[in-house]
Amino acid sequence: MSLGFIERIIGPRVSPEEAWKRSLRYGTPGFLLLFARILLLVSLFLPYWHMELQAPQYPSGLHMTAYLNHLTGDVVEIDGLNHYIGMRSLYEAAQIEREVGVFIMILFVVLLELAAYIHSRWAVLLVAPVIFFPVVFLVDLQLWMRHFGLNLDPDAPLSNSIKPFVPTALGRGGIGQFVTIATPGIGLYLATAASIVLVAALYFHRRAYLPLVRQQAAANERST
Amino acid sequence: MKHAPIPIRTVAATAVAAVGLLAGHAAAQSMADVQKAAQARGLSTADLLAAAKTYTPSGMKDEFVIFSSGGHSGQVHVIGVPSMRLIRTIAVFTPEPWQGWGYGVGNDVLAQGNVAGKPNLWGDTHHPALSETKGDYDGEWLFINDKINARVAVIDLRDFETKQILKNPLTVSNHGLCVTPDTEYVIESSQYGVPLGWEYATMDQYKEKHRGSVIFWKFDRKKGRVIPEESFAMELPPYWQDLVDAGKLASDGFVFINSLNTEMATGGVQDKKPPFEAGVSRNATDFLHIIDWRKAEAVFRAGGAKEQSGFPVISIETSIAEGLLHLTPEPRSPHGVDIAPKGDFIVVSGKLDPHVTVYSFEKVKRAIANKTYSGSDEYGIPILDFDAVVEARVEVGLGPLHTQFGNDGYAYTSLFLDSAVARWTLGGEYGKGTPEPDWTLVHKTPVQYNVGHIGAVHGDTVNPLGRYLISFNKWSVDRFLHPGPLLAQNFQLIDISGQGANMPVIYDMPIGFGEPHYAQIIRADILKPWSIYPEIGWDPHKQQIDPMAPKKGMERVTRDGSTVEVWMSVVRSQFNPDHVKVKQGDTVIWRMTNIERAVDAVHGFAVPAYNIAVSLEPGETVTIEFIADTPGVFPFYCSEFCSALHLEMMGYLMVEPN
Repeated sequence: MSLGFIERIIGPRVSPEEAWKRSLRYGTPGFLLLFARILLLVSLFLPYWHMELQAPQYPSGLHMTAYLNHLTGDVVEIDGLNHYIGMRSLYEAAQIEREVGVFIMILFVVLLELAAYIHSRWAVLLVAPVIFFPVVFLVDLQLWMRHFGLNLDPDAPLSNSIKPFVPTALGRGGIGQFVTIATPGIGLYLATAASIVLVAALYFHRRAYLPLVRQQAAANERST
Repeated sequence: MKHAPIPIRTVAATAVAAVGLLAGHAAAQSMADVQKAAQARGLSTADLLAAAKTYTPSGMKDEFVIFSSGGHSGQVHVIGVPSMRLIRTIAVFTPEPWQGWGYGVGNDVLAQGNVAGKPNLWGDTHHPALSETKGDYDGEWLFINDKINARVAVIDLRDFETKQILKNPLTVSNHGLCVTPDTEYVIESSQYGVPLGWEYATMDQYKEKHRGSVIFWKFDRKKGRVIPEESFAMELPPYWQDLVDAGKLASDGFVFINSLNTEMATGGVQDKKPPFEAGVSRNATDFLHIIDWRKAEAVFRAGGAKEQSGFPVISIETSIAEGLLHLTPEPRSPHGVDIAPKGDFIVVSGKLDPHVTVYSFEKVKRAIANKTYSGSDEYGIPILDFDAVVEARVEVGLGPLHTQFGNDGYAYTSLFLDSAVARWTLGGEYGKGTPEPDWTLVHKTPVQYNVGHIGAVHGDTVNPLGRYLISFNKWSVDRFLHPGPLLAQNFQLIDISGQGANMPVIYDMPIGFGEPHYAQIIRADILKPWSIYPEIGWDPHKQQIDPMAPKKGMERVTRDGSTVEVWMSVVRSQFNPDHVKVKQGDTVIWRMTNIERAVDAVHGFAVPAYNIAVSLEPGETVTIEFIADTPGVFPFYCSEFCSALHLEMMGYLMVEPN
């Protein structure tokens, strides 16, 4: 019985001869899943998000870049400025996310690896979290910014002139004499590209294996 | 050479282009506007052209940098070319509160310059010498002498800060300073004859007891310090040695020092003896000293020097025996001795002779080898026959002082009495660069007034770059508004990019901080200064991290007996801690670090009643120590306008009375 359950999850198998004969049909989902894995692995090393602050006294601007696991750029300087309005240090934001970011990404790669072997609808369950990852990233970012922007220290030097505000995760904003410009990084673009590739992978997955699943189901029905 | 008049249209267009850079996207401006503005201020076409050559709009950076001696200020001044804007003053021998120099930082370095154990907190800086690699400026180090107390300072051009001051142990006053082509040695020549090593002798004993000297300070580039233990001196006759220049290329390994008062006049005007000015100028010639420093170095290393005042000195006798030192006559009372770029000619300007005298190093070598002597001086030093070593004499005008070289075969000599800068042609291999015949005066550009030294871009190196020459004028008389009877001096920028008579003055810069002497001009892109210190907790004196430097999170005040240690972080806009309580009589060791990483985020730390002013550049750590002897409540504050809340960046030092 349990063997049947696992079989149901991993779905119908395709003989090597059949897979070789119809390589396009059976190879495409696996190839796309592999491509998505590569995109995600590469994105680990690339920036996910940029914030530029422009002000007259910073002719070349201040720049901050978020990777999945760390922040770079003028973070100390931005933190230094933020203390005037009572904003907490950016290093305190999304600490857990940054700590687990790499492991999540490795988990995603494992999930996609597994998904390549599962020829049933259960594959969707493995791929879906990866597809939604860029959206989750941006939502999480926006929540943190909202949390930081709304919880300013009321005793900060400029608390009278700068009221709590919600910075935007993407696009232009402004605070004091600063114009802020938040843009996605190439890593986030790659993760988004991976999402699109994964949707396509699911489509081809369905096209390749749904008929087999149905055949198998029909065969099962006949045998019972 | 004839020059076509420059059409006003071209000039105006250039001026418009220059103004346009400033205005950027400003409203449309026409040549008519330029003409109108020029007419309103009475500016000529030449003025507009000069403006176009020098006007440096906001944000445009200078192509060259002058390191100028600061004269009585005891400092070095850093000036941009062609804008002639003062960029920075480097504190050297004199305390300077903005940099905290002597008020909390640099006190140890200043104390290295103590004279007979006593602070002498000013200097008379004369001759800067940029460090050289293969005979050209490398932009790493700067050396400068202090004439009044015979001291030499070492400045690090990463942070434009003085790192070392050397007190000459032998003599009282110095004059010349130069480096060897790879900065192996910094060479300091003495000025007035005195008994070496601070002995006492009467003026009657001048010839027997008084001496001149030259010190070869060994520079260790890696350590960034002169190593006195590896340095040596040479005893010289009590002539007044003056400027010094190291040979290069053809004359590498030699050094040339000129002198005055070979008469060994001792003054005594109150006793009806000739005053110094007459006695010193009696003879028609003085002596150019020719020293084989590589040979001298070998003699020193072989133990040929004798200790005097704890310093190794090669005696005149040894110099003669080893062939280290030769003399040759030079026109009387000279100032500049300047080696041509290829090292082949030595140009001497005797300020009481209208000629520059050019010696050939080839001939000098031959005369030394063949012992072509015309005699020896009173001390037995062989004198090379003048006719055997001289290459040319060029009549340039009255009061020739100092020579610099262009990139195209011209040499330039300042004329103090004529108040002009002479352009003249070199011969030899340089001759093909100029349309005029060799060894002739080409043109004299009047300067306002009475020029001392001149400086051309890399004008004393193996690779002179031409373009600009600056006349360091002593008097300005009618050039600037009079700020009371003590007038500014005048740095005049001269465009030497043309040939022949085309070398106009294009800018006047008033110098209101003392009388500068020599200055060197370096290509700005050779300099590689830091914008912030490399890491937080940097000790600029050691140029490394100070492990004791307070960092963020380490702020505290600790007490051990009557010693209170403060560990303070400094950042916009707070000192942490901002309360420091001590008891009267406590020794306070106050460590502070500017933990900023932003360019320009400089903080000051100023404490009243305790004479403390410190500058903390981003990353810098400073430790000051004082005894809290005055009780009271002392607000300390940041003395740099560091942020909108700068005024609030303060704290209290509370000294509880006993």
